[in-house]
Amino acid sequence: MSRRQHLWAAIVLVPALVSTGIFVYGFIAWTGWASLTDWNTIRRVSGFLPPAPYLGLDNYEAVFATPRFWTNDVFANLVFTAVFVGGCIAMGLLLAILIDQHIRAESVFRSIFLFPMALSFVVTGTVWAWILNPVEGVNVLLDAVGISVIRQALLDFGPLQPVWGALDSLRIDLLRPGLTADTRAVVGAIALAAIWQMSGFVMALYLAGLRGVSDELREAGRVDGASEMAIYRRIVLPLLRPITVSAVVLLGYVSLKMFDLVFVLTRGGPALASDLPSIFMFETTFKGHQWARGAAVATLMLIASAVVIVPYIRSQLRAREA
Amino acid sequence: MTTLAGPRVGETRPRRRPRMTPRRVALYVLLIGLALLYLMPVYVVLVSSLKTLREVNETSIWAPPAQFDPSAWGAALTPPLQNAGGIASGLANSLVMTIPAVIVSSLWGAVNGYALSAWRFRGSELLFGLILFGLFIPYQAILIPLLTSLQVLRLYDSLAGLALVHVVYGLPITTLIFRNFYAAIPGELLDAAKVDGGGFWSIFRRVYLPLSVPGFVVVGIWQFTSIWNEFLFAVTLTNSPDTQPVTVSLQNLAGSFAAAYNVQMAGALMTALPTLIVFILLGRYFVRGLLAGSLKG
Repeated sequence: MSRRQHLWAAIVLVPALVSTGIFVYGFIAWTGWASLTDWNTIRRVSGFLPPAPYLGLDNYEAVFATPRFWTNDVFANLVFTAVFVGGCIAMGLLLAILIDQHIRAESVFRSIFLFPMALSFVVTGTVWAWILNPVEGVNVLLDAVGISVIRQALLDFGPLQPVWGALDSLRIDLLRPGLTADTRAVVGAIALAAIWQMSGFVMALYLAGLRGVSDELREAGRVDGASEMAIYRRIVLPLLRPITVSAVVLLGYVSLKMFDLVFVLTRGGPALASDLPSIFMFETTFKGHQWARGAAVATLMLIASAVVIVPYIRSQLRAREA
Repeated sequence: MTTLAGPRVGETRPRRRPRMTPRRVALYVLLIGLALLYLMPVYVVLVSSLKTLREVNETSIWAPPAQFDPSAWGAALTPPLQNAGGIASGLANSLVMTIPAVIVSSLWGAVNGYALSAWRFRGSELLFGLILFGLFIPYQAILIPLLTSLQVLRLYDSLAGLALVHVVYGLPITTLIFRNFYAAIPGELLDAAKVDGGGFWSIFRRVYLPLSVPGFVVVGIWQFTSIWNEFLFAVTLTNSPDTQPVTVSLQNLAGSFAAAYNVQMAGALMTALPTLIVFILLGRYFVRGLLAGSLKG
């Protein structure tokens, strides 16, 4: 009796298994295979596997030999990841701690910080392209309150020159006017929009964690005479560490595949300063018709994200078992 | 935090509120300041979308409109210029494509989640892990085979094809949410139903489905929001205005020089409105989907 019912469970899962087998694992293998071929010319695609000569690792060598791949894509993605992940964690933690103070209208504040998560990156990109517009928006607002004078003074201030130089070369120098049009500021400007959208997600993660830190534990700290600050530093934050790990992994994954926001905001420009691997992959494949080379970039992206995400899934599933 | 029934962000802890001290005032000032910062883009979008073309070009982005002029909204839907695009068809396409995809993927996820949580068998955990991996792949890694297959199957540039794609790649998250949701149903209930001689399907129908409403709400909202907002599949798997979802038509609108900023902002607002309304009405459930997707639900 029971065995037959368990058999039902297995049968019911067959479509999911087949679908995952084809659309996830099969297609990944297919992409991997395609990246080793010369599926590069524009030809009429007929059938699932159009015949293409085997090339070995030539496509990967070609990608690695493209200056754009290292100096723009990988570099910009690393800088973007650092700013975006760091900014989201800092903002998310700050918002969560503020909201955790038994405030009035708590749900209103929570919703205000979280609503950008319900938007499409295409919407965010369209809106922030206007806000970060070189001749309008944030730049004009800042000028109106005399920030341009302050900005210029800061930029001219001798001892800070190395800092501006470093930020310039990292493309996150937000003191520049014309954020999305300035090669020295564009990555930071995109990160700003991305942090606006995703920091509420980190806030929600931390809030869920804070709800798990019992009031008794904090009360015990207070009885021991610890200040609110010390309670957070010594008791609450260490308990939130697993959440920080999750947030870093998940945001890192989002950052690695980041496509729509950049595509809409800058298309990788100006002068490829905000080019990311996802944009490179898209243009190589669909604009350049170099399918195999695009597949090689995609495979590299997959490997990079699997390195981060597979240990995460395993540890999460294991923690659940325990 | 192992189940959806665990502590929720959406619930306020009952505890007395501290008295107003200078410290508390500073806290509120900071919170309100940050809230205004997060709402700033909403103000800009709303104000810009209500300006005339002349006004949006000549006044500051921060200035309120002299009078409310809704013409940009109409122009964003169907521009007066021929072949300038517009998001009216995109909105319709997105709706037609999203709703069946949400329904099918929710039902499929419910059945999978039920089988994986109530009828564990040897290898079911491994199977779940294999399915879950699909949640965390960059879709670039399957995009080229997907496009090729859809072309061969004559589903390229069709709403049916795009809906199918969203059902297939929505499978990991819908299965995950339902599996965790059903895992929170007490084992005694399941055991009692089994002792009563209930089989796989009858227990699903009589015990699990009636308890599933919150699960369907969470999954439905999550899928609706993700599918509506999705861009990468939309832009690569469709090619004509008859099939392009709204994210693609908005991108076309924003990328065209024909559309001024007031029109672009009106388009962005209308694109965002459906998911925004769902968020405002059912934000609590949205958060649960969010946390589930991080495996933290």
